[in-house]
Amino acid sequence: MEMRKIMALVIAVAVLLSLAVIFATAEGPAAPGDAQMPVPSNGQPSGQTGNETGAVYYLNFKPEQATQWEELAREYTSQTGISVTVMTAASDTYEDTLRSEMEKAQAPTLFQVNGPVGLRTWRDYCLDLSGTALYRELKSDEFALKDGQEVLGVAYAIETYGLIYNRELLSQYCDLPEAVISRPEEITNFETLKAVAEDIQARKEELGVLGAFTSAGMDSSSDWRFKTHLANMPIYYEYRDRGVEVSETIEGTYLDHYRAIWDLYINNATCPPGMIGARSNEDALAEFALGEAVFFQNGTWVYDSLIQNGMEDEQLGMLPLYIGAQGEEEQGLTTGSENYWCVNKRASEEDIAATIAFLEWVITSDEGREALSGDMGFVTPFRTFDEGYTANNALQRAANEYLEAGKTPVSWSFTTIPSETWKNNVGAALLEYAQGTGDWETVRSAFVDGWAAEVTNSQRP
Amino acid sequence: MERFIGRYWPVFVLPTLLAFLIGFLVPFGMGLYLSFCDFTTVSDAVFVGLNNYVRAFSDTSGAFIHSLWYTTLFAILSTLLINLFGLGIALLLTRPIRGRNLYRTVLFLPNLIGGIVLGWLWQVILNGVLARWGVTIVTNEWYGFWGLMLIMLWQQAGYMMIIYISGLTTIPEELSEAAGIDGASPWQTLWHVKLPMLMPSITIGTFLTLTNGFKLFDQNLALTNGMPSGRSELLALNIYNTFYGRAGWEGAGQAKAVVFCAIVVGIALLQLRLTQSREVQQ
Repeated sequence: MEMRKIMALVIAVAVLLSLAVIFATAEGPAAPGDAQMPVPSNGQPSGQTGNETGAVYYLNFKPEQATQWEELAREYTSQTGISVTVMTAASDTYEDTLRSEMEKAQAPTLFQVNGPVGLRTWRDYCLDLSGTALYRELKSDEFALKDGQEVLGVAYAIETYGLIYNRELLSQYCDLPEAVISRPEEITNFETLKAVAEDIQARKEELGVLGAFTSAGMDSSSDWRFKTHLANMPIYYEYRDRGVEVSETIEGTYLDHYRAIWDLYINNATCPPGMIGARSNEDALAEFALGEAVFFQNGTWVYDSLIQNGMEDEQLGMLPLYIGAQGEEEQGLTTGSENYWCVNKRASEEDIAATIAFLEWVITSDEGREALSGDMGFVTPFRTFDEGYTANNALQRAANEYLEAGKTPVSWSFTTIPSETWKNNVGAALLEYAQGTGDWETVRSAFVDGWAAEVTNSQRP
Repeated sequence: MERFIGRYWPVFVLPTLLAFLIGFLVPFGMGLYLSFCDFTTVSDAVFVGLNNYVRAFSDTSGAFIHSLWYTTLFAILSTLLINLFGLGIALLLTRPIRGRNLYRTVLFLPNLIGGIVLGWLWQVILNGVLARWGVTIVTNEWYGFWGLMLIMLWQQAGYMMIIYISGLTTIPEELSEAAGIDGASPWQTLWHVKLPMLMPSITIGTFLTLTNGFKLFDQNLALTNGMPSGRSELLALNIYNTFYGRAGWEGAGQAKAVVFCAIVVGIALLQLRLTQSREVQQ
C-alpha cells in the first residue's frame, strides 16, 4: 500500500515536471546554452555569452550565402566577443523553420520576411526599426517595409531578374544566314523576341542547341519563376495603367500577354510542353550552363551557380521580360527586394540591442560591406555602400547598363500577391494548360477570381 | 517474479509514460485547443471559437472533399494490396527454400529508407519510364495514385511479410499435418486452418497499413506534391498546405487535422472490431 502511494506521488511529480518543462521552453525567456538551441553553425559554443551583453541569432533565408554569413558572424565575434549564431533554413522551408524556431526559448533575434504579405504573418513579432541607422542609411523609403509610421522591415538585398541569355550562342545565331537580328541588343520587344526564339527553335540543329528556352519546369523548385516572377509582368502593367501600387482586385487586362509569353516559353524549349511537370530548376540551370538553350528566365542570384557550372562572365547577358505591352522598348529589368530584415520584438532587450549593433556593423564596417557586396554579391540599398562597394556580378552589371541607358525598371509587384495559395493555384493552372489537361480559362479564373477570393480569405478573423 | 512486477511496475512504465505524455498526449491536447485559436506560433494563440472549423469546410474548390475520397480510396486499395502481397511472400518464404533469409532481408530493406528519399527516387524512376510515352507522373492524378501505390507496396510489403512470417511460424505443425491427412488440399489448409490462426497478425497488418494509408505524407509530398492542381493531394498534405497557404489559416489547418484524426480513429476502431471478431483461440 505504502509503495503504491509513493509511486503515485512519483508519477504525479513527473507529470507536473514534464508539463513545466514544456511550458518553460515554450514561453520562458531566452536562456543561453538552452538544450533546444539549434546546433550553431558557426561553431561557437552557445554557452559562452553572458546575458548582460546579449546575443544574436540570425535565421538566414538564402542557402546560397550560408557560409559567407557564418564567416562574417565569426569575424564579428572575434572582434567584439558577442556571439552571433547563423542558421540557414533549407531551400523552400524558411517559413516552416521560422515558425518552429520562434517557439524556442532562444528564438531568432533576426529573421526575414518576403514583403507585405509575409509581414502579415509576422507583424506582431517585428520591432519598429525607424530609430536605427539601418533605416536612416536606406537610400529610399521604398526599401523599407512600413506599417503606418512603423518601419517593420528593412531590405538588404536588391535583386534583378529577366531573361538571361547566352551571349555566345545568341551571337552565333546572329551570324547564321538570314537570322532575324544581327546583334543581341536588337531584341527590344516581344515581337522580336518571339521571332528570334521561334527561328532558333526551328534551326536548333544548325545552332547545336536543344531549344531556344530552357525547360519551363513546374516542379516546386522551379515553378516560382512563372507563377510568381513572370506573373509579375501582367500585374505590374495593370497596376501602372490604373496608377496603383497594390489592389484588392485584378482585372487581368494583360493576361493575353501573359499567355503569349508562356506559349513562347513552353513551345520553344528543350522539352515538349507535356514534360515540364517533371523538370526542376536544376534541370533548367544545367541546360543553360551546358549551352543547350539560349534563354533562361532567372535572376542575379543564379550568377554564382552559373559560374560554378563553368560559364564565363562574357557569356552572360540579361534581357527585360518583354510581354508585348505598349511602349515596352523603354522597359528595363525587373528589380526589387524580397529580403527584408526584421528584428524580433519579443527577444530580450539585450539581444535586441546586440542584434541592431550587429546589423549596423554589417552595413558600416569594411568587413561587413566587403562580405555583403563582394562575397555574397548583393546589391544593397544602403548609402554606406556607395564608397566603392559594388557587387561582383555580371548579371548585375547588365541590370546597371539598362538603368544607365535610362530604361524604366519594372518593380516587384508580385510582393502584393495576396497569398501562397494564389500562386499555387495559378501555377497549377499554368501546368495544366501546358500539358493540355486544362485550358487558359482556368488560368484566367485562378488569376482574376482567385485574387479577389484570396484577398478575402487572408483577412484575419 | 510476478510479485516483483506487481510491486515495481511503475518503474518500468514511467519512462514510456513520460515519453508518451511529452510526445503524444500534450501535443494532442495542444493541437485540439489550437484548432479553436488564431495563431502564428503555437505558444501565442487567441481563442476564436468554431471559426476555424467553418473555414476548413468553406473551401469552395472542394479540395478537402476531393482529398477525402481520394485518400479513402488509396487507403483501402493499399491495405488490400499490401497485405495480400505481404502474406503471399510470407507463405512462400516459410517454405523450405534455399537463401530464404536472404530473400526476407532483401524484401524488408525498402522499409528502412525514409519516405522523402523514396518519393524522390521513385519520381526519377517513374518519370524516366513515363517519358517514353511523353507523360509525367503529374500529367493526371491517376499516374500519381498508382505511383504512390507502387512505392507503398514496395516499401511496406516487406514489413507485413515479417509480421505474417512470425504469425505463420507460431501455427503448430500438427494442425496442417492433420488437415493433410484428412485429405485437405493446400488451398483448403490455407483457408480453413492457417488463415483463422493468422487472424491476430491480420488484425495488426491491416491496422498498420490502413492507418499508414490515411496518414501518408512524405511520399506524397516528394512524388507529386499534389500536382496537378492539388488533385493528387492526400489528406495530410492538404492539411499541411492549408496551414502554410495563407496568413491566418493556421487554425483552419489545425481544425482539418482534428477532423482527420477523428476519421482515422473511427475507421481504425471499426477495422479492429471487424478483424478481432474473427480471431480464434489456439
